[in-house]
Amino acid sequence: MKSAIKPGRFMVLIVLCLLILASGCFAFQSAADRDEGIRRGLDIAGGLYMLLEAEETGEQEVDRDAIDRAIAVIRNRVDELGVAEPVIAPQGDDRIRIELPDLEDAEQAREIIGRTAMLKFQGPDGEVIVTGANLEQARAERQPEVSPNPFVSLRFDREGSELFAGATREYMGQPIAILLDDEVISEPVVRDVVTDGHATISGDFKYEEASELALLLRSGSLPVELRELESRLIGPTLGQRTEEIAAIAAAVGLLLVLLFMIIYYRGAGFIAGIALVFYMSLVLWILNYLPTTLTLPGIAGLILSIGMAVDANVIIFERIKDELRSGRTLRSAMESGFQRAFRAILDANVTTLIVTVVLFILASGPVRGFAVTLFIGIICSMFTAIMLTRFLLRLALKAGAIQSGAYVGVEVP
Amino acid sequence: MIDFIGNRRKAYLLSLILIVGGIVSLTFFGLNLGIDFTGGTVLQLNLGEDFSIEEVEEVMMPFEELDGAAVQIVEGRDLAGDPTDEGVIVRAPYMEEERRDAVMSDFRDRFPEMDPADLRIESVGAVIGGEMTRQAVISLAVAILAMIAYITLRFEFKFAIATITALLHNIIIVLGIFSILQLEINVTFIAAILTVFGYSVNDTIVIMDRIRENIKHRKKHEYAEMVNQSINQNLVRSINTSLTTLFVLTALLFGFYYFIGSLDLIVFVVALILGVFVGTYSSIFIASPLWLNLQEYDLKLKRRKAA
Repeated sequence: MKSAIKPGRFMVLIVLCLLILASGCFAFQSAADRDEGIRRGLDIAGGLYMLLEAEETGEQEVDRDAIDRAIAVIRNRVDELGVAEPVIAPQGDDRIRIELPDLEDAEQAREIIGRTAMLKFQGPDGEVIVTGANLEQARAERQPEVSPNPFVSLRFDREGSELFAGATREYMGQPIAILLDDEVISEPVVRDVVTDGHATISGDFKYEEASELALLLRSGSLPVELRELESRLIGPTLGQRTEEIAAIAAAVGLLLVLLFMIIYYRGAGFIAGIALVFYMSLVLWILNYLPTTLTLPGIAGLILSIGMAVDANVIIFERIKDELRSGRTLRSAMESGFQRAFRAILDANVTTLIVTVVLFILASGPVRGFAVTLFIGIICSMFTAIMLTRFLLRLALKAGAIQSGAYVGVEVP
Repeated sequence: MIDFIGNRRKAYLLSLILIVGGIVSLTFFGLNLGIDFTGGTVLQLNLGEDFSIEEVEEVMMPFEELDGAAVQIVEGRDLAGDPTDEGVIVRAPYMEEERRDAVMSDFRDRFPEMDPADLRIESVGAVIGGEMTRQAVISLAVAILAMIAYITLRFEFKFAIATITALLHNIIIVLGIFSILQLEINVTFIAAILTVFGYSVNDTIVIMDRIRENIKHRKKHEYAEMVNQSINQNLVRSINTSLTTLFVLTALLFGFYYFIGSLDLIVFVVALILGVFVGTYSSIFIASPLWLNLQEYDLKLKRRKAA
C-alpha cells in the first residue's frame, strides 16, 4: 500500500491549501473591518439602544399610523445627529426600537430623541399662526384634473380653520413657513384664502416627496406619548475593548483547536484544520453580506456551530480509525468511514437546525440572533465537513500525502 | 471497555441528587435575576482616577433611589495586562431618564477625569426579561415537539424520549447550579441556555446514531452489552469534541475574567462551560442508559402480552 508521493497532485493539494488559508485571512480581515465588516450589535460595539412604548394621549389611539408618525419624527432628529446606519423600527403593535451605533455623544442623542416634536406654521413676520395640535390630517394626493403635480392636502380642526383663514387673508401672496422642531421643512406661498380648513401645498413635487412632507406634517402633531421601556447606552471604548478581547480570546481558542486536531489526527487533522479555516471564512463571509447584526447571543451560536463543525470532523476521523482497526485498507476505510459518519452528522445537524428554525420563527431579539448564526453555521459546517474534508482527504490520498493509518493517528500493523 | 451500563444506577442517583438539589434551590432561593428581568438601572463608569467606595457613595447620597444600590469596583486590565481599577458599577432600582442624567452630572462634577466613552448606562422597565423568557420557553417547547417528530421519524419514539429527557435534565441542572451559586443572570443567559440545549442535542444524537446502527449487529436480546459498546465506541469522540469546545470557551473565560471583569460576560461563558460538561455527561450516563431501560421495559411488555 506504500506508494510514492505524486508531485503533480501534491502541488495541487498544496496550492489548494494555500488558497484556502489566503481566503481565510482575507475573510477575517474584511469581517473585522469596523466600517465595512460584519455589523456589530450594540452589546459588542457600543452605541445607544432604546425601546419606547407609545401611550395614548387624549382621543388619539395608538395605531400603525401613529407609530409611523412617531418614527418619522425620531428619524428626522437622528438624521440631524448624522449617525451612520441608525435603526428606528416598529416592534410589536405599540413599540419603537431605536439602535444607534457609533455615537460620538450618546447622551446628547438620547436627549434629542426624547424631545417633544413641535410643528408650527409661521407667518413672514415670525408670528405663529397655528401649531401641529390644530392639524387633523395631512395627506399626499394625486388628482390630474386639479393639478399636474402631486400635492399635499391639509385639514385643520375648527380652531385651526379659523386661525388659518385669518392668516391666509392677511398674508396673501406671501410665504408661510412650516417648521418642525424649529427647522423649516416647507415654505409655501399663499395663493388662496382658506376658509374651510382644507388647504393644499402644491409645488414641483414628485409623489414620494409629497408623501414625505405629508408624513412630516402629520408627525409634527405627535399624537402619542413615548415612554421609555428600556435604554442601554454603551460607550464606544467599553464596547471596543470587549470586542478586542473576545476576538483575541476566540483566535487563541481556535488555534488551540487546530493544534489539537493536528497533534491528535496528524495529516488528517491538518486537512481538517484547513477545512475548518474554510468553514470559518465561509461563515464570516455570509455574515458579512447578509443584513445581520452580530450580538453576544449570536457569538454563542457561532461558538456552538464551531464546536459542531469540529465534532463532525472528529466523528469522521474516529470512524475512519475504527474501519482501519477492523483491517480495511486506507482507501476503503476512508470511504466507509465517511459513509458511516454521514448519517450521524446529518441527523445531529438536522435536529439542531429544526431548533434554530423554530427559534427564528417564534422568538425575537437576542434569541433570534442566536438562531441566525447557528443556522448559518450548521449549513456551512455540513457542507465543509462532508464535502470539503472528504474532497481534500481523497486528494491527499491520491497525492500520496497520506500513505498509511499513521497519517490519521492510528497505528495499524 | 468501561462498564457504563453496569454503573448506570450510580449515575441516575447522581443526576437525581443534582436535579432535586437544583429544584429545591430554584424553589427556595430562585435565580439571581439582573435588571433585564427585574427592571432597574446599572451604571458602569470609568472614573479616570483611583477612588474609594465611600467617595462614590458620597456622590450617590442625595439620590434617594440610590439608597440601597450596590456599588462594586470593576477589576479589569488593559491589553498590556496592567490593572485598571478606575471602574465602578452601581446597581440600582429603575431610575427615570432625568434622574439618571442628574446622577451622571454629579459624577462628572466629582470625577472630572471620568471617561465619557468608557461607560455603560442601562435602564430597563420591568417587562423586557419576562417577555424574552416566555418567548424562549414557548419556542423551546415547540422545538422539542418538532424534535420528537424528527427523531421518531429517523430513529424511533424511544430515542426521542431518551434524548429529550437528557436535554431537560441538562437545563434543570445548569439552572440549578446558577441558583445555588446565585450568579446574576440577564438576557444573554437565555442564549447560553439555548446553546447548552443545542450542544446536548448534537452530542446525544451522535451516540443514539451508534446505538441505532448497532441494533442490527447485536446478539439476541443483548441490548445492555450493545449499548455499552456503543458508548465506548463513541467515547474518544465525546472527549475530543468537548475538549476542543472547552479550548475556545476557556480562552474566552480567561479573556473576559482577566481583562474585562464584566460579570455578565463571565456568567455567559460559565453557563456554556457547564453546558459542555453536563451535555457530555448526560449523553453517556443518562440518554443511552435511559434508552436501554425503555427498550427493556418495552420488551417485557411485549413478552407479557405474548404469554
